[in-house]
Amino acid sequence: MKVSIAVNGEQQQHDVEPRVLLVHHLRETLGLTGTNVGCDTSSCGACTVLLDGESVKSCTVLAVQADGRSVTTIEGIGSAAAMHPVQAAFQEHHGLQCGFCTPGMVMAALSLLEEHPKPTEAEVREGLEGNLCRCTGYHNIVAAVMAAGGSKATA
Amino acid sequence: MIPAAFDYVRAGSADEAVSLLAQHGDDAKLLAGGHSLLPLMKLRLATPGVLVDVGRVAELSYVRDAGDEIAVGALTRHRDVEVSDALRADCGILSHVAGMVGDPQVRHRGTIGGSIAHGDPASDLPAVVLALGGTLVAQGPSGQREIAASDFFRGFLETALAPDELLTEIRVPKLAGGWSYQKFNRRAQDWAIVGAAAARVNGGTNVALVNMAATPVRATSVEQALAGGASVADAAASADEGTEPSADLNASADYRRHLARVLVRRALDEVG
Ligand SMILES: Cc1cc2nc3c(=O)[nH]c(=O)nc-3n(C[C@H](O)[C@H](O)[C@H](O)COP(=O)(O)OP(=O)(O)OC[C@H]3O[C@@H](n4cnc5c(N)ncnc54)[C@H](O)[C@@H]3O)c2cc1C
Ligand code: FES
Ligand code: FES
Repeated sequence: MKVSIAVNGEQQQHDVEPRVLLVHHLRETLGLTGTNVGCDTSSCGACTVLLDGESVKSCTVLAVQADGRSVTTIEGIGSAAAMHPVQAAFQEHHGLQCGFCTPGMVMAALSLLEEHPKPTEAEVREGLEGNLCRCTGYHNIVAAVMAAGGSKATA
Repeated sequence: MIPAAFDYVRAGSADEAVSLLAQHGDDAKLLAGGHSLLPLMKLRLATPGVLVDVGRVAELSYVRDAGDEIAVGALTRHRDVEVSDALRADCGILSHVAGMVGDPQVRHRGTIGGSIAHGDPASDLPAVVLALGGTLVAQGPSGQREIAASDFFRGFLETALAPDELLTEIRVPKLAGGWSYQKFNRRAQDWAIVGAAAARVNGGTNVALVNMAATPVRATSVEQALAGGASVADAAASADEGTEPSADLNASADYRRHLARVLVRRALDEVG
């Protein structure tokens, strides 16, 4: 089936099999390997991207479900040279160690900040409940997201 | 994990969804948010030949005032139920509990209709609709019918919906009194190990339980005890009566019974 998806602002048309997952379409067909697959069972959030501006787990969305919509991946928000403020906050606050969960964390944080522009610590912790990190213990991730939202972490 | 191959068709309206279901017969399955169905398909526990995607049927995504009730379109996403002003004002338990389903990513995709139609006893919203004495509206080849929530949940992942029917609307009463939802789990974003929903409806107190049987169930003995004037503590002590909880990695059947009594007590205390 022909699908047309605006990926990071660029209209992309491809013929996909209906069973292709959005994450595989992004990684394998479009070469956008910033979006990771952690669990493949809808649990870890490593595959989080924005679908029409809202966070979704791209391992649990079919590419055909994204037809006609916009998808934003980590590649679409900033670069090493010009980081998005949320990326910069993760760097500044050491919100990552191995970095595997980070693209998903950053995309989930963007969606969270859209819904709660100045989140409380509880809102950040609950807002990131769909994203698992095996390294950091979350503390610095929460601090980074709060700083990016302009609130000061109390923890 | 990749689902087995299937054909994909998209419905633009409720009518079209019903005729596509009729056309494709037993091999077809509806796809709403996909957050119960796609994980099952990835594990190849479900291998439908045709998916009828109703995810874009905008006419079934709404929250409407319907007199004494509030009507919610089946394709309304958990997130939209969570932030609905109409529900927050008049049926707060539904929006509150929609906000406890899974995590934000799940709530951006999953729908109330998918959650009800899936019929998982561990899900949150079926028990809430059951406690509220809600009504489910289904549309099939021969028209619409209304099904009382008390007749809807038939067995594990089994409902009163026929294979060729589409759930179109969920109706819940406007609440004047208190309500409470107690969800017990150990990990973020998880399903309830046991849950209890309680609400004052039409002068009585209704209570329903999550994950205490093959379907969500009303805690009838608690409701009767309260109606007979029993104290909260005495009524809650019978919360597990007539239930058949399962045992799994999270909890033994006895522990689930214990949780049901404790959670019902907390819920009733909160309802006041
Ligand atoms: C990580 C994760 C955590 C979750 N945590 C929770 C939780 O804590 N609590 C909870 O309650 N749920 C939880 N869920 C499930 C979630 O709520 C699902 O969104 C919901 O159960 C199904 O809704 P859906 O729209 O995604 O349905 P789908 O997956 O698209 O469909 C589910 C089933 O219902 C049928 N169906 C869908 N819509 C209709 C309709 N309108 N008419 C007739 N049949 C229909 C489909 O054919 C399918 O058989 C979780 C899911 C995930 C992935
Ligand atoms: S890979 Fe999608 S949630 Fe883990
Ligand atoms: S930084 Fe390693 S998993 Fe989060």
